[in-house]
Amino acid sequence: MTGVPLSWYLILSAILFVLGVAGFLFRRNIITAFMSIELMLNAVNLTFIAFSYQLQQVDGHLFAFFVMVVAAAEAAVGLAIILTVFKNRNTLNVDEVNSMKY
Amino acid sequence: MQHLWIIPAFPLLGFLVNGVFGRRRANAFVNAVAIGSVLLSLAWVVKTLMALGSMETAYVERYFTWFQSGDLRIGFDFSVDRLTAVMLLVVTGIGSLIHIYAAGYMAHEGGYYRFFAYLNLFMFFMLVLVLSANYILLFVGWEGVGLCSYLLVGFYFLRKSATNAGMKAFIVNRIGDFGFSLAMFLIVINFGSLDFDKVLPAAAGKPEAVLTAIGLLLLVGAAGKSAQFPLYVWLPDAMEGPTPVSALIHAATMVTAGVYLIARSAAIYTHAPQAMEVVAGIGLLTAAFAATIGLAQNDIKKVFAYSTVSQLGYMFLGLGVGAFSAGIFHLMTHAFFKALLFLGAGSVIHALEGEQDMRQMGGLWNKIPYTFATILCAAVAISGVPPFSGFFSKDAILIAAYEHAPWMYWVGVITAGMTAFYVFRAIFMTFFGTYRGHHHPHESPAVMTIPLMALALLSLGGGFINIPKWLEPIFPLAEKPENFTLMAISVAAGLIGIALAYVLYVLSPRAADSLSAAFGPLYKLIYNKYYVDEIYDAAVVQPTVTASRSVLWKGVDVASIDGLVNGVATLSRWFGGGLKLMQSGNIRSYATWVLFGSIVLIIAVGLMGGGR
Repeated sequence: MTGVPLSWYLILSAILFVLGVAGFLFRRNIITAFMSIELMLNAVNLTFIAFSYQLQQVDGHLFAFFVMVVAAAEAAVGLAIILTVFKNRNTLNVDEVNSMKY
Repeated sequence: MQHLWIIPAFPLLGFLVNGVFGRRRANAFVNAVAIGSVLLSLAWVVKTLMALGSMETAYVERYFTWFQSGDLRIGFDFSVDRLTAVMLLVVTGIGSLIHIYAAGYMAHEGGYYRFFAYLNLFMFFMLVLVLSANYILLFVGWEGVGLCSYLLVGFYFLRKSATNAGMKAFIVNRIGDFGFSLAMFLIVINFGSLDFDKVLPAAAGKPEAVLTAIGLLLLVGAAGKSAQFPLYVWLPDAMEGPTPVSALIHAATMVTAGVYLIARSAAIYTHAPQAMEVVAGIGLLTAAFAATIGLAQNDIKKVFAYSTVSQLGYMFLGLGVGAFSAGIFHLMTHAFFKALLFLGAGSVIHALEGEQDMRQMGGLWNKIPYTFATILCAAVAISGVPPFSGFFSKDAILIAAYEHAPWMYWVGVITAGMTAFYVFRAIFMTFFGTYRGHHHPHESPAVMTIPLMALALLSLGGGFINIPKWLEPIFPLAEKPENFTLMAISVAAGLIGIALAYVLYVLSPRAADSLSAAFGPLYKLIYNKYYVDEIYDAAVVQPTVTASRSVLWKGVDVASIDGLVNGVATLSRWFGGGLKLMQSGNIRSYATWVLFGSIVLIIAVGLMGGGR
């Protein structure tokens, strides 16, 4: 196998994942947090595909498709929730959506 | 088949009918059921004994196996021999008379049906006790009569003293029953059976130490039931019950169950002379001890109660010196005259509308003449005046005691003198002199006086029923020379007691007071019953209560058990109180925890070798 080595894909994937984590932790807007989750999911997808290509096996592709299906479903439900939250509270700041506590 | 089971079945049926339906029925219905069932039982006893004839050996009926464990088979078996025959006749005969009497005595009391239901239940258990062919079934009857005693002593349950007396009777008897249970365990271990017809013939071949242990433990049981020293304390208190109960249960029948038990186990005792010695010693001690207390009591029922304890001591003395038949003889005559004394006392109390203090009586002889005449018969019988019943049985015991150890005879004679004294003291205080109370005495109805007369005849003539001769197949009679000197001395002791009572309480009533004043401390000691109740209270009851309260309640229950339960709850609340702080409701803090957890997990997996 020639061209881009596996480690580069993994490093890119790790960077994307950490960006997703950081975005989730530090941004207060729900939609941004949501997008950060998508970023993490896609970082994982990249890892799957890279390994699948490296090991010449189809399992990684399969998992990537599953993750995409889950992400699509999540987007549908998640955006609906976000809309409802906004309707009720008139805000998208996660720090103000904290009534579920002890 | 003689269908022995029918004998106790009648009173049981009477109990069930009266207990279930008696509440809404008239007194006449309750009477018919209660008295009828006991009379039918008596009739069946007579019929059975006639059919069985001489009964040289025990006649046994086996109904079914009650339970079986290994080789030990316990059957529901009844048997009749000559000893049982005497007991059956005493229980059903006296029982019938007292049932009839009670119909008059209790006529104005509340809980009429309840009283007779309990009384019938008592008859049932007493007959089971007497008829049983093994120790376990005897124990069933033994506990059953104890239960009925408790129920009837506490019959006036609105009175605190009555319920306390009932509980005292029950608890003191537990000590005795503990000994009885241990004795039965020893019998099972050593004999492999509890049937009388297996255990008793085998007693001869067993080691003496084992037989002595069994004998002493049986004595503990018998001492509890038959109110022997040091377990006699419940019997005087049991006088809180209605008087027919005192006569039937606490004089004539139940308290003699211990005597019956020891006589039944005679084969064990004859091979354990040391146990016999203890039986005789306890009996003599109780006889003398209780008689002295009886000298100074003012409650008419208390006098007769201590007299019962004392006479039971006589029976134990007879058993202990080997004169088993004399003990049973005295059991029977005592049942006659002591039942009569109690029923007579009941008639006096009935006449005076509940007054029991003899200092509030006096001069009643012409106001209640039938009661006076009959109770006088009992008094001469218990005092051992020949030729009345008490003379024969007491004399048989005293002569046997003399053969065994002369000093026992002399103590017995002194006790006989004291017995005559306190009984006649009661008679003189009640019937002679001038009336000191303020009620209007009236003679009891015929339903009460006729049983009194029947018992008076038995008290006077009962001594001619030659029980020792009848029991000879079971308890062989030793050939004894007739000893007129000893007989004359014991009769003289009784007559001196009567004369002394006459002098002190009729001729010069002041003399008694000055005499008791002269012996001030001693009089106070016996008036207060040697403070035995107070000693028991301080030595046993209070320590138990205090230890239960401070150790078992405050220590074990509150501190340990409750502490453990509450401690677990407190710990979980404290731990949960810390953990709940994580539930802040802030999504980003949750995410931080997730991240933190993931990092910890990755490091852990890495340290453990990368998950390979």
